[in-house]
Amino acid sequence: MSTTAAEPLFSKKNKKLLSDPLNDNNPITVQVLGICSALAITVQLKQAVVMALSVIAVVACSNVIISLIRNMVPNRVRIIVQLVIVAALVILVDQILKAFVYDVSKQLSVFVGLIITNCIVMGRLEAFALGNKPWPSFLDGIGNGLGYGVILVIVAFFRELLGSGKIWGFKLIPNSFYEAGYFNNGLMILPPMALITVGIIIWVQRSRNNKLIEK
Amino acid sequence: MKPLRSILNSIKPHFEKGGKLEKFWPVYDGFETFLFVPGHTTHSGAHIRDGIDLKRVMITVVFAMIPALLFGMWNTGYQHYLAQGITDSTHMQNFLFGLVKVMPIVVISYAVGLGVEFLFCIIKKHTINEGFLVSGMLIPLALPADIPLWMVAVATVFAVVIGKEVFGGTGMNILNVALTARAFLFFAYPTMMSGNAVWHADTAFSGKVDAVTGATALGDAASKMPIEEFTSKYSILDSFIGTIPGSIGETSTLACLIGAAILLYTGVASWRVMLSVFAGGYVMGFIFNLFGVNTLMQISPLQHLFLGGFAFGAVFMATDPVTAAQTNTGKYIYGFFVGFFAILIRVFNPAYPEGVMMAILFMNVMAPLIDHYVVQANVSRRLKRVNIKA
Repeated sequence: MSTTAAEPLFSKKNKKLLSDPLNDNNPITVQVLGICSALAITVQLKQAVVMALSVIAVVACSNVIISLIRNMVPNRVRIIVQLVIVAALVILVDQILKAFVYDVSKQLSVFVGLIITNCIVMGRLEAFALGNKPWPSFLDGIGNGLGYGVILVIVAFFRELLGSGKIWGFKLIPNSFYEAGYFNNGLMILPPMALITVGIIIWVQRSRNNKLIEK
Repeated sequence: MKPLRSILNSIKPHFEKGGKLEKFWPVYDGFETFLFVPGHTTHSGAHIRDGIDLKRVMITVVFAMIPALLFGMWNTGYQHYLAQGITDSTHMQNFLFGLVKVMPIVVISYAVGLGVEFLFCIIKKHTINEGFLVSGMLIPLALPADIPLWMVAVATVFAVVIGKEVFGGTGMNILNVALTARAFLFFAYPTMMSGNAVWHADTAFSGKVDAVTGATALGDAASKMPIEEFTSKYSILDSFIGTIPGSIGETSTLACLIGAAILLYTGVASWRVMLSVFAGGYVMGFIFNLFGVNTLMQISPLQHLFLGGFAFGAVFMATDPVTAAQTNTGKYIYGFFVGFFAILIRVFNPAYPEGVMMAILFMNVMAPLIDHYVVQANVSRRLKRVNIKA
């Protein structure tokens, strides 16, 4: 990766690219992008982690590629070029998932393919990679992918724990609880509760982060 | 009353600005205004203050629900003994059994709901509003008597926080709070909220009584019981008086109508909404009657209004002044569609035998839209009358 000789690899600016999307500029809770997949695949933690890793890989790689060819692509056809690159990467990810974690890939079904239309991917390409060098673009991709992944994992954690009493497929809530009259919350498994969970995360974040408090 | 007043006066300084318990001023204020007519005066201009405030309105609604509550307690006991094959239990036995079953639910609902409300008032430094007085009573009445208490608590927290406080508290909510609680339970713990097992207190899981088929009337109808058998099992009179299985407060149309009379006489609830809900339900029931291809469609439109939570929803839930339409024309439209959709959902989707809940929540969401178009229609009608010379 080439970067200007004067700037160290992890300069303050570059670190900010990585850390900003985790909180102040989170793609899900602040920019409200990529909500659709966040609601659909957060029933189980395992799915959410696999999905998050896939998105990180796609955003980071496509950011780098677009950034490398940003001066060659005519402005008029840039969207179609981006789509081709993203689609190629998504198919690659899909094949890898099918090869190594077949059962998860089956559960994720159409949502891996839908990473192509994930607003976060296109948003970062348009907003960042088209105007920046490959290394910062790479960091930006990783950062945004992580920001997306963190929310996914938090939501999936609560949904799996309260909805089916498990974490990562292992039973966490002991049988004695059920015998004492505890029930799994069926609403947690339905998408509306994912939306409400994301809403609660936004609420907590906004009331704690001074930069986000609206006057 | 005097000793109470002097106690309040003596502890007041602690809560006022600069006092030790300044943080808890909303709690103190809430209690003081609950017990005594507040001595506030207007600060600017000339206003006429009516003696009736939010607390009096809310308390009136709670009074109106008492018949439904009392009947619900009696019916809980009646259904319980009936399920065990005891038909000669006295009214007092029925009532006491129901009292023991129902009272904890009411207490939990109020304690948890008010607790959450107080907490929010302290954090946000609002004064305490009395909105929950009504919701706290509606929640137990809309639930089956056998519901586990911790579920009531969870649902109440969910309804108050997500249904009301996130929108800004009393008066700002989009959805009816009590129905939010019920909808939460309905989707979260479906086995405890519907089906055949839940309508008789204490019999469902004890295993002592076998072969108790405890479906509600609507459950029976949805499972294709022939109409002749249905009408002999649930006569119109039974469903009107309410000696049928169902949620605590919903079975008796008679008790709901007594409540409706109180609400209408005091002018607390809107007669436009109430009337049009019943009208909408009747029209839809009548239309289905014309086709009559299954049991639910064959039920007479009048009996449709007596079954399930229709009357209860129409009287106490749909008329909620915050979530209903605000304009007079809007109220007719809103009410009509609540009744219309309630019967529609009930007949076409047997998975949701209680269509009233869905219908009211759905129309709650639509109410602002209805109001918008009513107001716009009025604006454009009046614009036609004026000659604007540009």
